[in-house]
Amino acid sequence: MGALGHFIEREGIATTQISLIREQTAAMKPPRALWVPFMLGRPFGAPDEPDFQRKVLRDLLMLLERPAGPVLEDFPEEAPAGTTSDADAAFACPVSFAKAVVDDGNPALALQREIAQLAPWYDLARKRRGRSTVGISGMRIEDAAAHAASYLDATPAAPPSGFTAGVALKRVCDDLKAYYYEAVAAQPGNLKAKDIERWFWHETTAARVFLAIQQVCLKSADKSLLPLGKISLVPRAVQHSLTEAGRKT
Amino acid sequence: MTRLSDLPEWERQHHLDKIRELPDFGKTPFVAGPPLKQRRVAIITTAGLHVRNDRPFDPGAADYRVIPGDTPPADLVMSHTSVNFDRSGFQEDVNVVFPLARLRELEAESVVGSVSDYHYAFMGAAPILALEPKARELAALLKKDGVDAVLLSPV
Repeated sequence: MGALGHFIEREGIATTQISLIREQTAAMKPPRALWVPFMLGRPFGAPDEPDFQRKVLRDLLMLLERPAGPVLEDFPEEAPAGTTSDADAAFACPVSFAKAVVDDGNPALALQREIAQLAPWYDLARKRRGRSTVGISGMRIEDAAAHAASYLDATPAAPPSGFTAGVALKRVCDDLKAYYYEAVAAQPGNLKAKDIERWFWHETTAARVFLAIQQVCLKSADKSLLPLGKISLVPRAVQHSLTEAGRKT
Repeated sequence: MTRLSDLPEWERQHHLDKIRELPDFGKTPFVAGPPLKQRRVAIITTAGLHVRNDRPFDPGAADYRVIPGDTPPADLVMSHTSVNFDRSGFQEDVNVVFPLARLRELEAESVVGSVSDYHYAFMGAAPILALEPKARELAALLKKDGVDAVLLSPV
């Protein structure tokens, strides 16, 4: 982000930017930056908090009134309460998949069942929000699931014409994850970001399929799959916790 | 939340390594301008946003997508390749990442002069220096739109 500030300002247009990682911004010295103490992915603090978002935006824009730079200021407030969760808090998803979808030895079928179980909640989320972020792959969610699960077979599904296997697989996995996240967020309990992440990675068949796909990608001769094996399928935090758990066993 | 001092060691180290890899940008440019209430403002995000059915970002893409100012929020999707940031906020409310509705409110309050007709998105996982040619191209387009203030937002 700081790089864009340099590049665009050099061309004669003033810029002001949000900083999410203060140390990186301090090192890059862009013309104007407002560091905010919010989680990555939420540069304006919290969803459905228009007053707070406006406050962040106003402070960010006010940096344009400064006579000289570089400017790096700190936004003084945390994101509104209720948008983050206690990492140690117990969380139980109202829909539990553990028995229904894993024990039959058929992950593709289990994934389809899980998707069907979540469908009413996904539909509710879509209705309430008037939108969905699912759709990057261009496939129906059931087809996206089948495409992803095929990587657990000897012969994975061919990517759509014009796409590498890696790009197609990444997009179906992103769609699946978005479907799960949006669905579970509609369920009772007002789940927070970390709750949803923990639920997805620790309680769903989809995550087990993802972790299996990751191993397939790491070993594949198709180099377009390698990024999914290394960085773009399983978050660093999840990978780290799995590695730690592996050390202890 | 994202204070390096608050992060676990393995995550802190990841970000510190990225700082060590940063190129030297030289002297910081600084462009003066009119008061905020007279400025025309555009948003550039690196969240990998685009209009649904526009081409998603490919891994490592350094190009941009155009987000027309009249795009309904329901038409905005995200194809950033990173899995290391929260997406649930964006799924719930576009404005936590791309605060166009908030910017329009500040325009209505005359805090800013006007809002650009076009906004832009990059995908933040691109190599930093690879962004420069497209950023220069964008600057020329922004000038044509009369933009004299750019709000940059990461994700």
